[in-house]
Amino acid sequence: MPHEPEHVNLKIFACEPAPRDLSGAIPVFHRWIQESAASELLIDVADYRHLAAGPGVILVGFEANYSLDLAENRLGLLYNRKKPVLGPLAAKLRQAYEAAWSACRRLEEEPEFRGALRFNPHACEVIFNDRLLVPNTPETFEALRGELEAFFAGLWGSADFQLERAGEPRERLRVRVALQTASPEPS
Amino acid sequence: MKASNPFWKDYLEGQMPPHLAAEIDAFESDLALRRQGKIDERVFAEIRLRRGVYGQRYDSGQRHDGRTTRTLAYPDGKPTKGPNTVWDAPGMQRIKIPFGGLNARQLEVIAELAEEYADGVAHVTTRQDFQLHFVHIDDTPTIMRRLAAVGITTREACGNTIRNVTACPLAGVCRDETFDVTPYAKMTAYYLLGHPECQDFGRKFKIAFSGCKENPCALVRMHDMGFIAAVRELDGALRRGFEVYVGGGLGTVPYQAKLFAEFLPVEELLPLAVAVARVYTKYGEKKNRNTARIKFLVNKLGIEEFKRLVEEERARLEPDPRWEEMLRQIPAYQEAPLKDAGLVEITAPRPAGFERWYRRNVHRQRQSGYAVVTIALPLGDITAWQLRRVADLARKYTRETVRTTVEQNLVLRWVSEADLPALYAELEAAQLAEPVAGTIADIVACPGTDTCKLGIASSRGLAAELRKRLLAQGAHENGGISNLHIKISGCFNSCGQHHVADIGFYGVSRNKNGYTVPHFQLLVGGQWEENAGAYGLAIGAVPAKRVPEALERITRRYLNERAFGESFGAFIKRIGKAECKKMIEDLTHVPPYEEDPSFYVDWSDARVFTIGDLGVGECAGEVVSPVDFQLAACEREAFEAQLLLEAGKVERAARAAYAAMMHGAQALLRFKLGSSPEEPEAVYQQFREHFYDTQLFFDPFAQGKFAHYYFAAHRRDGTAHDAESARQQIEEAQLFLEAAHSCYARMLAARAGK
Repeated sequence: MPHEPEHVNLKIFACEPAPRDLSGAIPVFHRWIQESAASELLIDVADYRHLAAGPGVILVGFEANYSLDLAENRLGLLYNRKKPVLGPLAAKLRQAYEAAWSACRRLEEEPEFRGALRFNPHACEVIFNDRLLVPNTPETFEALRGELEAFFAGLWGSADFQLERAGEPRERLRVRVALQTASPEPS
Repeated sequence: MKASNPFWKDYLEGQMPPHLAAEIDAFESDLALRRQGKIDERVFAEIRLRRGVYGQRYDSGQRHDGRTTRTLAYPDGKPTKGPNTVWDAPGMQRIKIPFGGLNARQLEVIAELAEEYADGVAHVTTRQDFQLHFVHIDDTPTIMRRLAAVGITTREACGNTIRNVTACPLAGVCRDETFDVTPYAKMTAYYLLGHPECQDFGRKFKIAFSGCKENPCALVRMHDMGFIAAVRELDGALRRGFEVYVGGGLGTVPYQAKLFAEFLPVEELLPLAVAVARVYTKYGEKKNRNTARIKFLVNKLGIEEFKRLVEEERARLEPDPRWEEMLRQIPAYQEAPLKDAGLVEITAPRPAGFERWYRRNVHRQRQSGYAVVTIALPLGDITAWQLRRVADLARKYTRETVRTTVEQNLVLRWVSEADLPALYAELEAAQLAEPVAGTIADIVACPGTDTCKLGIASSRGLAAELRKRLLAQGAHENGGISNLHIKISGCFNSCGQHHVADIGFYGVSRNKNGYTVPHFQLLVGGQWEENAGAYGLAIGAVPAKRVPEALERITRRYLNERAFGESFGAFIKRIGKAECKKMIEDLTHVPPYEEDPSFYVDWSDARVFTIGDLGVGECAGEVVSPVDFQLAACEREAFEAQLLLEAGKVERAARAAYAAMMHGAQALLRFKLGSSPEEPEAVYQQFREHFYDTQLFFDPFAQGKFAHYYFAAHRRDGTAHDAESARQQIEEAQLFLEAAHSCYARMLAARAGK
């Protein structure tokens, strides 16, 4: 791998059946801006519900975006880190996971989604949003595998999970991670 | 911003054309100098605009969050990247695509950039450009390098320059065209790019090429300069040339371009463009950007005088060897198919939905056995993964012959008809096969309040809502209305081209029940055909939330009452604008906030529209001020002016438009001073003193532009008008009254704050 990984994105998938109507996300995200609900500077809301398998509804921030993302027609909360994070890859993964999971829990409790939207803390996708730093090649994946495994084993308290490289070489490196058996929520 | 930015330059070394690499290095240096405060912010703003690096909404660092206007605490507030524009605030990167032509690798790179630097979406504009939103300025040199490596420049995508040269997306394959204008558009775009004669304009300059006169694909007559392919016999031989138009443009008040030359031989194309640029540079307005487009110059001088000046400049031009060099390359320009010509097999089983898609999205080429396939993009948007799929299909079925269109879609050209069912199936899998191309559901919309600093109402929010409803109703399949065009702008600046739609909308606001309420002015009677042959006129402002109902009424009435074969435009003309207005009159009512708060929120938004500016409950109840009544009466007058114009009573129409403005000025004077004079000269003087000299009437962006409309009409009162000048005065009256509404709202807010 030519450079240190940066811009770690993380998508936590919603449990099925996931809601199809994302209109509730618009007032929710506007409220989050009013209430400064995240540690990042929150700027605006972008509505892409008209796009198939697209970014859904995005809460645009300065350091990172949050979105109810529909890529591959699979709903999830995507945390898109734009500003670099100091530290080793494990620190970047932890920062992204904590921010994403915190947003998931908050979303689940919002009146617009309460009872209709649940996230699976043990099914996610890590996306390295920089093709030059982290190209989507088998070699890069292998170079990162150990750190990814160590991070998720520590997070979930179990080594019983699968790591899978997703997407084709033109895409950003995406790694799907799913725990094989149910276990407590992440620490 | 991006951690990899420092590495890309080395990585792409040798892949970028040296002149583009050098230009980007220079831009990067300008960024560094501005950071050190060594370039003035105004100068830097124009520098970045000329690189396609545009501002975006809320980049002043202020945003109304639905409760109050709050400061967005960007880490790097200084230096600014332009007046009142915070460095760290997200912006837009425009990517110039001459004549809309793209290859597969270019599509892939745009997809990569959308994912890595923007929000995962690329947006096709009404000028065949791409735009990326929410981009950080520090990333822009890297974006430019990655584009340069695949032969794309962002140079002069914005700013007071020659903007993207557009052309009919069917050029070269169209059954109606005189000849393929593509190589001429390309030659013009690259010849004028960075040309020294085009660096000192007062405003932007837009050029379009069309292969024929009848069809609207290039909208030549709404351009600063437009070329329509023509052939003429000269000295016993058929020669190629162009019918040339100048001085058209939409903007706040649209102007139809004037015929400059019936036939310009192709050899004169580049020299003429330079001569026109010289005249525009020399005589065009520089100080007041509101009157700086070439349309104002042509109008002021008259087409004959303008032509004389251009011919004079042409005679003075030193021959440029590139004129001939570039012309010599024209015959070499050729697109070729990848596959043999074929026919759709009638008996073969076809994928479900194919027939509808074929009817709407497939255009048979002049070349037998080949077709152009339109990929209709909702609101002009496409995701990164879809762009990669289009790139794959462009390689698989064509020789990468892809173009963007001014209707914010993509087309794949040179598809063998035999491949259409398979291509359809693959587009369907990529969710890109919606059978709506060119229909009423294929709505054009500018960015509006989503990202544009000038947006008043949510054009994209409205477009998405109308699209959803029209598709649900099957309007795109309804033969009576399926071919109508809807275009939406977020403000009066016409980026959504609302003037040239059958049904157009532009965003305005109204002060109702103590709140500012999002509205859209509804325009009918515009003509998309014949290269934007006629402009629509406003019939009234409808609350944003009632626009779907207004549209439904108008289209239903047309379906029910049209005569056999009667077009929508002819129907509107027959029933008259007064009747159109009557149709929507009851929809202009806005219920009190307590009864239905949804009227006070724009589409795709959740914030109460500027409620914080006025204060909740400040003007509660149904109190309507005398100014509201007076401004409503003025709007009626402006509308009546339209009816007079429609009836051919040109002088009376112009007079009524002037009166509407004067009465609007009186309404504001009464509010401010308690009384107003009645004599026109005294009204003019007092309005000038109390609203113009004090800048009270100034729009935050257009400044005193709308007051000038009134001043010009006052000076001109009593002089002769023709239909064109009367129409312009009516448009100007409408805009003056919009500005009066805004001014009144600002004064109310100021009083409430006291």
